[in-house]
Amino acid sequence: MKFQGISHISELIKNREISVQEVQRHYSERLSKYAKNLNCVISFTSDLTTEQVQQAQRMIDENKATVLTGIPLVHKDLFCTQGFATTCGSRMLENFIAPYNATVVENLQSSGAITLAKANMDEFAMGSSNENSYFGAVKNPWNLNKVPGGSSGGSAAAVAAGLVPFATGTDTGGSIRQPAALCGITGIKPTYGRASRYGMVAFASSLDQAGVLAKSAEDCAYALSTVCGFDEKDSTSAQVEKEDFSLNLKKPIKGMKIGIVRDWIDSLSAEIKEKTIQSISELENQGAEIVEIQLPTSHLAVSAYYVIAPAECSSNLSRFDGIRYGHRCENPEDINDLYIRSRTEGFGEEVKRRIMVGTWALSAGFYDAYYRKAQKIRRLIVNDFASAFEKVDVIAAPVSPEVAFDFNAKKDPVSMYNEDIFTIPSSLAGLPCLSMPIGLVDGLPVGLQLIGNKLQESQILNVAYQYQQNTEFHRLVPEGYDE
Amino acid sequence: MLINRKEVKQIANLAKLSVSENEIDTIMTSLNSVVEMINHINESDTESVKPMANPMDAVQRFRIDDVTETSNKETLLNMATESDEDYYLVPTVVE
Repeated sequence: MKFQGISHISELIKNREISVQEVQRHYSERLSKYAKNLNCVISFTSDLTTEQVQQAQRMIDENKATVLTGIPLVHKDLFCTQGFATTCGSRMLENFIAPYNATVVENLQSSGAITLAKANMDEFAMGSSNENSYFGAVKNPWNLNKVPGGSSGGSAAAVAAGLVPFATGTDTGGSIRQPAALCGITGIKPTYGRASRYGMVAFASSLDQAGVLAKSAEDCAYALSTVCGFDEKDSTSAQVEKEDFSLNLKKPIKGMKIGIVRDWIDSLSAEIKEKTIQSISELENQGAEIVEIQLPTSHLAVSAYYVIAPAECSSNLSRFDGIRYGHRCENPEDINDLYIRSRTEGFGEEVKRRIMVGTWALSAGFYDAYYRKAQKIRRLIVNDFASAFEKVDVIAAPVSPEVAFDFNAKKDPVSMYNEDIFTIPSSLAGLPCLSMPIGLVDGLPVGLQLIGNKLQESQILNVAYQYQQNTEFHRLVPEGYDE
Repeated sequence: MLINRKEVKQIANLAKLSVSENEIDTIMTSLNSVVEMINHINESDTESVKPMANPMDAVQRFRIDDVTETSNKETLLNMATESDEDYYLVPTVVE
């Protein structure tokens, strides 16, 4: 059976042409067939799947179905799923069984979506290649010798290979958009505060945001509408009305002003630049007006981010002490030995590096020079975007400076950090942003980033949807994964 | 400003991580490559700029101090490697 996205499956289910169980079996079989090779799954949630299939079928039978009822997904393994392992890609949480559900998980469960598995990821969401997972790197379905991007690499690979119609992910500095770009799918991070962080294992609290990955902007709109919403349990949750992001998709983009940063595009390799320009021309052909904008402080974004994110990470990850939950070392000599060995054994190299950078930046005498200074840069970047949005409605930008790269290609941490040079500025500004596929270079996908003003998710989804009406890139399937 | 060997040990100690003698140089090099990159933030004049802690400039929302969740004591204590009745167990701290 060939499915054409969430609304197609939803129609078939509602019209009783196919049962929820048949849909689930179709995707479960695909997952069993391909997940091992791609290493995109950490654990399967079979008992939960069975329960949710029954619940979804009841919703259908009682005419209480939503568009996501009966639609299978995988959750990035940092969303707490009650009674199931939630490892965060770390040895530290290898045996952790979540005692409650994340709000994002609850929201999707209430909509009748079907959880099939927990997706692999970079440890504690720190990485741009998925090589930092304790459970081994995820492989890119377009080429198994290439990385899928990170940190939501398992989610991106599973969607790209057609193993699930959509997946959850999180984005701190690019962790949804970059893997979406490298795997040739669509992925969106909403405005900071739109999606609840309750039950999402914390990395950098002022940046972490949940989002979704799917083949198309339309599917992202359905999934994101369910995921988002004010949540009392998250003290940074934005007090805004719940919104149906799919309502605005069909609006023509004629007359819309789309900003581009010339320096960013000029810095790209010739092939990626060509694809980027072609995609922007397509938007222009549809009647959008392309306007050059400046983001003068954005060149400092990666530097400021690597103060703020590690500082918040060192603080958040101090909770892992080997006492209440998580890895505990064998036979500790005393309490200090327990702390030190549990943490040293439980965390991987990149996580330890970021904890140390953050500890250093927050240490006595350095706070003003680093953390406070970085927070000031953050405001300058926010101001840059605010000025840009006085002139334009949406910003179109590259996602990644390159296509999927080889495993072990980036041994120096800074070269890996620079992968996120185009995604970090909008992360620091807390803006909604997405990545959509715009073609292939050397057989590997390239993405275009669309950045919206605060709470303007529906506008960037509208642009992406309109682009996808006239292009087929989001329909491309990597060889060997035809449904 | 770069990090020296002694500071690597101090930072590790503050972060409750251990660094073996033969790892120090590698860790120092990698930390310093990050520090060099971070130091670019000093290129910008931010004298009159107010630091931004929340990208929406939102302030912390408080709630009334009422118990809103049911006690989950047993489940939570069971997640610890060692516990005894209502307590988490740790190595002896005070003799």
